[in-house]
Amino acid sequence: MSLDYIRAGTTEDAIAALIRGGDDAKVVAGGTALVLMLQEGFIAPRYLVDIGRIAALGGIRDVGDAVIIGATTTLWQVMTSPLVGRRLPVLVGALGRVATVRIRSVATLGGNLAHGDPRLDPAAVLLALDASVRLAGPDGERWLGLEELFVDELTTAIGPAELVVEIRIPYPDPSSRLTYRKLVGQTMDDYGVVNVAARLDVDDGRCRDARLVLGAVAATPIRVPAAEAVLRGAGIGPAVIAQAAELAREAADPVGDLRGSAGYKCDMVVVEVRRALTELASGPGGPATPAGRWSDS
Amino acid sequence: MGCVQTYKRVHNGPRMTVHPNNRSAAPGSVSSRLDVHFELNGSPVDLTVEASDVVCDVLRDQLDLTGTKFGCRIGVCGLCTVLLDGMPASSCLLLAPMLEGRRLTTIEGLGSDGRLDPVQAAFAEEQGFQCGICTPGQILAARALLAHEPDPDEPRIRDWMTGNLCRCTGYASIVRSIRSAANRLAESGGPERSA
Repeated sequence: MSLDYIRAGTTEDAIAALIRGGDDAKVVAGGTALVLMLQEGFIAPRYLVDIGRIAALGGIRDVGDAVIIGATTTLWQVMTSPLVGRRLPVLVGALGRVATVRIRSVATLGGNLAHGDPRLDPAAVLLALDASVRLAGPDGERWLGLEELFVDELTTAIGPAELVVEIRIPYPDPSSRLTYRKLVGQTMDDYGVVNVAARLDVDDGRCRDARLVLGAVAATPIRVPAAEAVLRGAGIGPAVIAQAAELAREAADPVGDLRGSAGYKCDMVVVEVRRALTELASGPGGPATPAGRWSDS
Repeated sequence: MGCVQTYKRVHNGPRMTVHPNNRSAAPGSVSSRLDVHFELNGSPVDLTVEASDVVCDVLRDQLDLTGTKFGCRIGVCGLCTVLLDGMPASSCLLLAPMLEGRRLTTIEGLGSDGRLDPVQAAFAEEQGFQCGICTPGQILAARALLAHEPDPDEPRIRDWMTGNLCRCTGYASIVRSIRSAANRLAESGGPERSA
């Protein structure tokens, strides 16, 4: 079956092509996930709509209280942006854990979210940062929080003729401490066994607000509201941390695979959440250094 | 891992059709065979490709540039590493039409007329390879690193080179080669940033 390739010049062009192509059309930007699925025969689209040359979908801009990143900005462009480095070092660290330089240089931030793979590093940390995406489609534009975006494994709330246009990431409060941890079992470029993104907003030693996000251990990256509730208002010490880690274990629903059995992954959720919260409790957080590589702190 | 047949694509002979009068596909146009115009190792190239062709096959089968090897075809092994606008990319995960307007560098683009690129020379001198199949990818990845960071330490080298697999050397001699290349480039006035 032939595959038709459409180079969209504008967002409107792309949406029109997606409407024409219907279920047989797929969007391609960096292609690192899509080409893999094509090569392995997981998908067989009739039309590929290339959005990589749409100028309006690129770029990184400061809007005062947030950074807005165009959907087709590559992970490398995001992580080497001085603005992102200054305001969101935790995101730089997480992007540095994505596969290899070869993937980071080509894969796009919008594509990463649209792919809907629960194991991908950016999704978990962007959830902890309360990021949202702007979608454009036949019925106009809408904003969607990441929690609404991720529906199931490889399934998002993005409509059939909709595109991710940009990602909005609010700057964390000065009181926010953030970390991202990724436990890998075999090689550094592998998917995580367990990914943890955590944020504690701390005033006078007490936690005012918290985000605890798990990646790779459920059908989507998930927040753990029960653990966040325990952390909120508490002084962060070993007892509260242990309680939050147990609640995270209960929220996890991993599938056993070559990276470990479901039981092992649940155990590692406890360990990694404990490490993440301990790090945030003791230090200023906002790690400029990519944390979480085989460290047993 | 996928079945063996998927690892070798069969092409119906070389397709090097040049379309000098058809400079670029109009935005929104639809075709299964389409023209792509890009810079390859410093020279402009006009090609007609299938939409589903991946770059490593186009390089090897259409352009006879067999220096780019392929192995896993799933972006993991690093054998098919090329530089896309100066950054390493897996050419097995790049569709040929995505090259439109881009700058591609393969191992054939390094060095000139019997003169090795400093990174190639360092790999030769430090024995940064044995069987050689990963070497084009290793050298291109290293070259991109040194273009961005002229003086990387060993942890940085190992981090950057993650995923360029070598089953012969144990990596020590590769790291040594890259450090040696950094020194060579520093002596010769820094890496060309154009790679």
